Amino acid sequence: MAEPLLIPRPEGLYCPSGNFYIDPSRPVARALITHGHADHARAGHGHVLATRQTLEIMAIRYGKDFAGQRQAYEGPLSVGGVDVSFHPAGHVLGSAQIAITHRGQRIVASGDYARVSNPSCAPFEPVPCDTFITEATFALPVFKHPDPADEMAKLMASMRAAPERPHLVGAYALGKAQRVIMLAREAGYDAPIYIHGALQKLCDYHIEQGIPLGDLRPATMNKAEARALREALVIAPPSAFSSPWVQRFADPVISFASGWMQIRARARQRGVELPLVISDHIDWVDLTRTVREVAPSELWITHGREEALMRWAELEGRVARPLHLVGYEEEPE
Amino acid sequence: MKAFAVLLERLAFTPGRNAKLDVLGDYLRHAPDPERGYALAALTGELELGRAQPAVLRAMVGERVDPELFALSYDYVGDLAETIALIWPQENTAQDVDLVEIVETLQDTPKTRVGPLIAGWLDRLEPSERYALLKLATGGLRVGVSARLARVALASVGTPKLEEIEEIWHGLSPPYQPLFDWIAGGEKPERAGFAPFRPVMLSTPTDLEALNDLPPGDFAAEWKWDGIRVQAVAEGGERRLYSRTGEDISGAFPDVVAHMGFEGALDGELIVRRGDQVAPFGDLQKRLGRKSPGKAMLASHPAALRLYDILTEGEEDLRPLPFETRRTRLEAFVADLNPERFDVSELLPFETWDDLASLREAPPEVVIEGVMLKRRDTPYMAGRPKGPWFKWKRDPRIIDAVILYAQRGHGKRSGFYSDFTFGVWDGDRLVPVGKAYSGFTDEELRKLDRFVRNHTVERFGPVRSLSPELVVEVAFEGLNRSTRHKSGVAMRFPRISRIRWDKPAGEADRIDTLRAMLPEVD
Repeated sequence: MAEPLLIPRPEGLYCPSGNFYIDPSRPVARALITHGHADHARAGHGHVLATRQTLEIMAIRYGKDFAGQRQAYEGPLSVGGVDVSFHPAGHVLGSAQIAITHRGQRIVASGDYARVSNPSCAPFEPVPCDTFITEATFALPVFKHPDPADEMAKLMASMRAAPERPHLVGAYALGKAQRVIMLAREAGYDAPIYIHGALQKLCDYHIEQGIPLGDLRPATMNKAEARALREALVIAPPSAFSSPWVQRFADPVISFASGWMQIRARARQRGVELPLVISDHIDWVDLTRTVREVAPSELWITHGREEALMRWAELEGRVARPLHLVGYEEEPE
Repeated sequence: MKAFAVLLERLAFTPGRNAKLDVLGDYLRHAPDPERGYALAALTGELELGRAQPAVLRAMVGERVDPELFALSYDYVGDLAETIALIWPQENTAQDVDLVEIVETLQDTPKTRVGPLIAGWLDRLEPSERYALLKLATGGLRVGVSARLARVALASVGTPKLEEIEEIWHGLSPPYQPLFDWIAGGEKPERAGFAPFRPVMLSTPTDLEALNDLPPGDFAAEWKWDGIRVQAVAEGGERRLYSRTGEDISGAFPDVVAHMGFEGALDGELIVRRGDQVAPFGDLQKRLGRKSPGKAMLASHPAALRLYDILTEGEEDLRPLPFETRRTRLEAFVADLNPERFDVSELLPFETWDDLASLREAPPEVVIEGVMLKRRDTPYMAGRPKGPWFKWKRDPRIIDAVILYAQRGHGKRSGFYSDFTFGVWDGDRLVPVGKAYSGFTDEELRKLDRFVRNHTVERFGPVRSLSPELVVEVAFEGLNRSTRHKSGVAMRFPRISRIRWDKPAGEADRIDTLRAMLPEVD
């Protein structure tokens, strides 16, 4: 039997023919990386191939020397005799699916992906393949993400209803934070938006890349200034809500922008008063549609709710297997 | 249905009573009739619908969704109505369904036929409205709105005051059209039913120092019993037992209601009484927990009223009369009632405040919470007027406990660890005995928050477990046996009275100290 093109290993998905890993969770000699979220893009690899934007994001997060060598993807290439090409994933700035082709076999590792419009990156492009590797973060039929503009309208309505309370929205630093800001701008909110220090560099980088975010100000004001804030929109990483940082605000409305907010118990556990279902992952409807569209002969499932997706594949008469990859979080902090 | 769905969503995620009141008041001001009446009834649990059983809903969803995918989803979501609302395959674009149409149709539909009906509506609604529909149909809204809170919200909408609303509330039924007409400026509704609730007269706290300025001879004194304050009203064949906030609790106390063969309205303390012995509050709590108690419970935990006052007798309103006169009328009235179920709270003999202080120090029964003082010459007034009635409670009990867990607060306490679980020593282990949220200054809150952050051992969501180092003095009103708490005891109204930064954890109290405070069991 021929050697498989990709095999799951403790370090991540390994391609023996090309001697490289895709999104490895531990340092390896050669890594191909789909996007800049910390659970997919780790520091310390010998050689990294990724989109220019992903490399730049990694440099912002880990410092310039995050890998021995860095190679920006510029077009289809061969890595150790395996054909490699990158395709838009619609997830976050710089995100890509990675297609590898060898001896007539093609596998597409989609990393994380989404199909709702996201002005910070090119839309997901279905790539015909033999094996499609998908995430399953929201792979349950209860996850049907609503139109993000409607969710933003909820935030705007709450800000109008409680103008004396600053609204603090939890959003992950790469992708979600900028998405929330863009959605607010699209909804016509043109006042300054305050951002937590942990978001500054990545917001600056989005602006540099030509993504307009409007007037952003640091939310590093002192307590007296924070107490004086009225009608303010403040974006912070969710972890900031359990730190003393949040204490500077007077009676804030705690909000959280995440696909998880669709489940009430999740929102309540986090003490969220205004849940916003805004996700940069694929929901059930789009995931099943995408698999039908790509029509692979095999579906591999990396991380999340693989049981439900396996059941769906069974009902559809599709061949599917869970990879049980370790090291991928539900959403990175 | 849209507005009602939004209301439910906002109530579910809005912490705090005042914020909930705002949300509710806002809805009641803007929703049309009779929708708002039905919504109010649904929130307060007064809407009688042919309830949809979980099995019916499961069967219904089983026709649309693969059962295995449904089971996996339900496991994940944890709530049946929410799972169905989210998973329901939406084939058409949503149209709104009127809440009124839903309520009135469900009222007319037998239980066995609600499945297809609900499925038809689900097809037309959006997810959050589907959720509202399913919660409505299963009868468990659970958004933290009591009938009392709903009435407070109503009082904020129009000119009628809370006491006035309470007085007519029980004569009305959903969708309460006369009530809304009145709130909108129309006529006050005629008392629609017999045996309405009368707003209760309440007392203010006092102490020896304050009392020393008052002439003891102006006041009558009686024990403050540790039960729940109730009003027993029987008029024209109608019998009702109300809590002091006007909730109708007749159904839970058929043993009392059976003996309400009188015409009038009485004010008293609901207790569990065996012969002359008043049982500990915990026994009453068992009764309160049962909406319709069984025979065994009625026999082992017999309820009774210890009467304080009489508000009406026959057609006559006694409330304008002075306390002393009412008291004489009460004593005469009670003579005709079953002594197993009704007796009068005795008056305490005293000349000076010091006499009363020594009575208060050594009450004859553990279920006495202190003494009540009532001016002999004042009428029965609704609300909490300052002056005529005082409660002089026993000093709270105090223990030293160790803080074990902390949780972040909401609203003005966002980000501060302000909710604490504390424990006492049982051998060489600490067992949790209670939770407290209040009793701190802002400065203490900041210091406590710092302590929590520096002494965290583990985190579970918003909760942190702490290394057991900090001792707090906990004040509480009483202690009950509890099978729900590992320690076997449950405190009433615990609050942190002092933070003992100075005291080593090893010197905190032991569980035996608490057990010794428990009321005796017969």
